[in-house]
Amino acid sequence: MTTSVTPDADVIGKRSEHLYFALRNPKVVIGLTIVIGLLLLGVIGPFFLNNDPNEYIGPKSEGPSGDFWLGTTYFGQDVFSQFVHGLRSSYLVGGLGAVIAFAIGLSVGFTAGYRGGIVDELLNMLTNVVLVLPALAVLIVISSYLEVRGVVSQGIIIGLFSWPWVARAVRAQSFTLRNRDYVDLAKLTGKRAPQIIIKEIMPNMASYLLMSVILLFGGAILFAAMLDFIGLGPTNAVSLGTMMQQSMAWSALHLGLWWWFVPPGVAITAIVGSLYITNVGLDEVFNPKLREM
Amino acid sequence: MLELENVWKSYRVGSLGSKRLTAVRDVSFTIAPGEVLSVVGESGSGKTTIGKMVLQLISVSKGTIRLNGQDITAARHAQRKEYYRRVQGVFQDPFSSYNPIFKADRVLETVRESFFPGTSRSEWGDKVERTLLSVGLDPTAVRGKYPHQLSGGQLQRMLIARALLLDIEVLVADEIISMLDASTRIDVLNLLGDLKERGLGVLFVTHDLSLANYISERVIIMRHGAVVEMGATGKVFGDPRHPYSRNLLASVPQLHRKWADAPDELEELEPDGDRELAPPALTQVDEDHWAAAGS
Repeated sequence: MTTSVTPDADVIGKRSEHLYFALRNPKVVIGLTIVIGLLLLGVIGPFFLNNDPNEYIGPKSEGPSGDFWLGTTYFGQDVFSQFVHGLRSSYLVGGLGAVIAFAIGLSVGFTAGYRGGIVDELLNMLTNVVLVLPALAVLIVISSYLEVRGVVSQGIIIGLFSWPWVARAVRAQSFTLRNRDYVDLAKLTGKRAPQIIIKEIMPNMASYLLMSVILLFGGAILFAAMLDFIGLGPTNAVSLGTMMQQSMAWSALHLGLWWWFVPPGVAITAIVGSLYITNVGLDEVFNPKLREM
Repeated sequence: MLELENVWKSYRVGSLGSKRLTAVRDVSFTIAPGEVLSVVGESGSGKTTIGKMVLQLISVSKGTIRLNGQDITAARHAQRKEYYRRVQGVFQDPFSSYNPIFKADRVLETVRESFFPGTSRSEWGDKVERTLLSVGLDPTAVRGKYPHQLSGGQLQRMLIARALLLDIEVLVADEIISMLDASTRIDVLNLLGDLKERGLGVLFVTHDLSLANYISERVIIMRHGAVVEMGATGKVFGDPRHPYSRNLLASVPQLHRKWADAPDELEELEPDGDRELAPPALTQVDEDHWAAAGS
């Protein structure tokens, strides 16, 4: 039996094909540009602004100027400095929350889906319990018991409560994938369960996993902003949410200090919105049916 | 060589494993070197389960499976890996046997990773090339390709090559040609014949009686998880003693007959009873020919 001749285009491989389409998808490019641009601002910015963001350095309630790019607060703090530091904490919360939720969701989902049986039933029960917990109420209770609330503890708390969706989806996927013959074949090659999960099952759902990280990241930023706004934000740092909370507390809206509350609001919206746009774009990349080209 | 003794398999089903489903009941047989043993039977008769138990992909509920006298049902991971050096399997669906996102020859590379970590790449490359040639594949045509770029017959042969990279004694072939088209079937089937010549024992699971007749020395007919008849292929197919075997043989479509011709009268069979009970015992009806009681 002879083989058919295959076109060279097929040999490129799926990974580089995905990258190829990702870099040519306007949604992915625009979304990532905004997210990475703000990230760079948050990461690099503070090195150039060596002042404490809460320091009273300027005239009170002044609009944007050459000295203070985004004006000053009611107390004379530099809004731009706060904004840059706030971006940094927002990304930290988002990243930490996403990583923790992803790690827990992945472990629980894969264990339940791959092992099945009684392990699955117990883990599934746990997942459903955490899923129906009113996360906001729990977070309010926990947050109010912590004496010093930092960005890190906020990220951890958010991460601990946002994994169930990932776990459920991963479990469902592993359920179908573990019955494929190539999993049996890997067992016949003497592979252990963790190796099979990482090397055979996970690559098949890589696109889903990437997208769930993105959604978890955006979700964590949004959740953190909400906690900050109701006054349960970090007590020892500035975040975008606490900026908005402070501006509301000191009636910035009524005093016309728009430069105080508009930038953090726009930034949160831009980050989360861009993440969602990226996600939609990636969906098009991974699912050829949605490609417009 | 490979020996199954009173093997049972029951699954727990339902919430918290409240119900039991018995798939294989009290099956015993042996495979000798250079012998193809066919297991035939209707869907749900437990033939695939037997193949998976031999491959230790599912555990045995009762009974033992021995390879050269060594019980392998209680083996731990390291021992099981040694067992897989000697017993390998090929499955029904060639397209599901390959991870679609990797190149097809990765299945050969993982064998090196697991079983021959010390072998150098060039040495391994030579071995792979020889093995691919021995199963009738052109190495340049199949290496570096994705599964969807290869045909079902090529994929199945590559899986057989994968098994042959190890010094196997037994190959479990679970319906390996039922998803191939007619022209490639005979190639793969003849390849199994070659393996037999080389002294391999083959457990050939199939529902196709003509394939079983073509390739195998001995045959086992299963129904409702139990063996109803077993023995030398010629005797079982030439002189079937159990009513189910007779029905099975009568229902094989034949080249020279049309559907419109008067069909054979099928015999009345016992319905599926309590599967927890031991099945009717096999009695020897001839030399190397056993049939279940009630025939």
